[in-house]
Amino acid sequence: MTVINATSIDEVVTALREYPAARLLQGGTDVMVEVNLNRTGVGDVIALRRVSELRRWHVDDESRIMRLGAGVPYAELERSPLCDLLPALAEAARTVGSPQIRAAGSLGGNLGTCSPAGDGLPVLSACDAVVHLQGSTGSRDVSIHDFMLGVKRNARRPDELITAVSIPLTRGFQGYAKVGTRNAMVISVASACLVHDSEGGSVRLAFGAVAPTVVRARVAESWLADALSLRGPLAVTPRIAQEFGRRAAMECAPIDDHRSTAAYRRHAVAVLAERLLLRAASSNASGGDAR
Amino acid sequence: MTTPQQSGNEFFSLTVNGMSHQVQDAWVGESLLYVLRERLGLPGTKGACEQGECGSCTVIMDGEAVCACLVMAATAVEADIVTVEGLSPDGEPTDVQRSFVDAGGVQCGFCTPGLIVAVHHLLDRNPTPNELEIREAISGNICRCTGYGRIFEAVRQARDARQEQVHE
Repeated sequence: MTVINATSIDEVVTALREYPAARLLQGGTDVMVEVNLNRTGVGDVIALRRVSELRRWHVDDESRIMRLGAGVPYAELERSPLCDLLPALAEAARTVGSPQIRAAGSLGGNLGTCSPAGDGLPVLSACDAVVHLQGSTGSRDVSIHDFMLGVKRNARRPDELITAVSIPLTRGFQGYAKVGTRNAMVISVASACLVHDSEGGSVRLAFGAVAPTVVRARVAESWLADALSLRGPLAVTPRIAQEFGRRAAMECAPIDDHRSTAAYRRHAVAVLAERLLLRAASSNASGGDAR
Repeated sequence: MTTPQQSGNEFFSLTVNGMSHQVQDAWVGESLLYVLRERLGLPGTKGACEQGECGSCTVIMDGEAVCACLVMAATAVEADIVTVEGLSPDGEPTDVQRSFVDAGGVQCGFCTPGLIVAVHHLLDRNPTPNELEIREAISGNICRCTGYGRIFEAVRQARDARQEQVHE
């Protein structure tokens, strides 16, 4: 049992080859809960805290794609300038745990744990993000839709490190909404992210905590595309928003568990989808724009 | 030590309150909270939930307020760690501690050290927090005695006193 305090992506990949069963530790907000509970050795650990490469981000001017390091903490996603570039991700980040948790936790941890309730994941899904992985034999880019395989299961191979995500920046409203039992420090009962790409002409909706992985409401999305023009401002009526929510809720597969019931979750996501679409419409109407 | 740096069960060093401490015989998953309290003799940092929910173990690590229970101690080498003890090296209460006492923000006292660290962190970054910012800053610190009213008042008092000093 050993702890390796890596300082570069190369060091992590080398260490993973030597210790294929090692736990990757970024902020510790998931792993340490388990370690504290079990009071047993954790096996080998590769700590990512000092890998500064994982905390960088930049926007490619031509493609308008944000490449966001997997270790950028939620606290930074909440603040300017990132909150202006990725408003829905900032809203999602702000709902994670407490300031203490947000100073430590990151999207890389969210992706690595791959809980259906991970707050960043619906945003990545609605943005059609790409996950970048680095292994000992090379790097891979995997669509977020192919990355999440099931409850706490993902497409990362044992020798790979999640290094970054790429998120296309869009023009138009984007928002995140979450239902929990209180306002702070809560794990999602249900969550939703809606992104309106007003130039590309699409509305994309993803749900969290209502299926084994985050789900995209593709049937509702295409129903909406048939119902109205998605380029420029959205002419959404309350009736359309309600129907959008109703249809979207049919695309999730919630369960009863210690946090809530399937019936409540299905109801909640319909309301969240309806509200987010109305917000998108009023943001357009008031001339508001994500950027 | 080799590069990348490896720490086994035997030995690593931590910088706490400006001093280097050797940690011996820790097991691999040991939290910073446990090391501070049980190995370094710094019991000011409190442990309650050990899952990042309560904020009792809040410390400053590299300028950020974090839960010491969620930091694996052996990974905190080369980090600058400040605990509640480090806020008042001479043992005199800090302005924030004084305002907590004056405003009646201390009852059983268990959440107090974590709150004191969180409030110092808030006021050091943002000297004039509004009500929402105060609430947000201590939203990760749970107090089961006060109902928070007197804690909010203590933060306001500390904020206002610092502002008066600035304007004097």
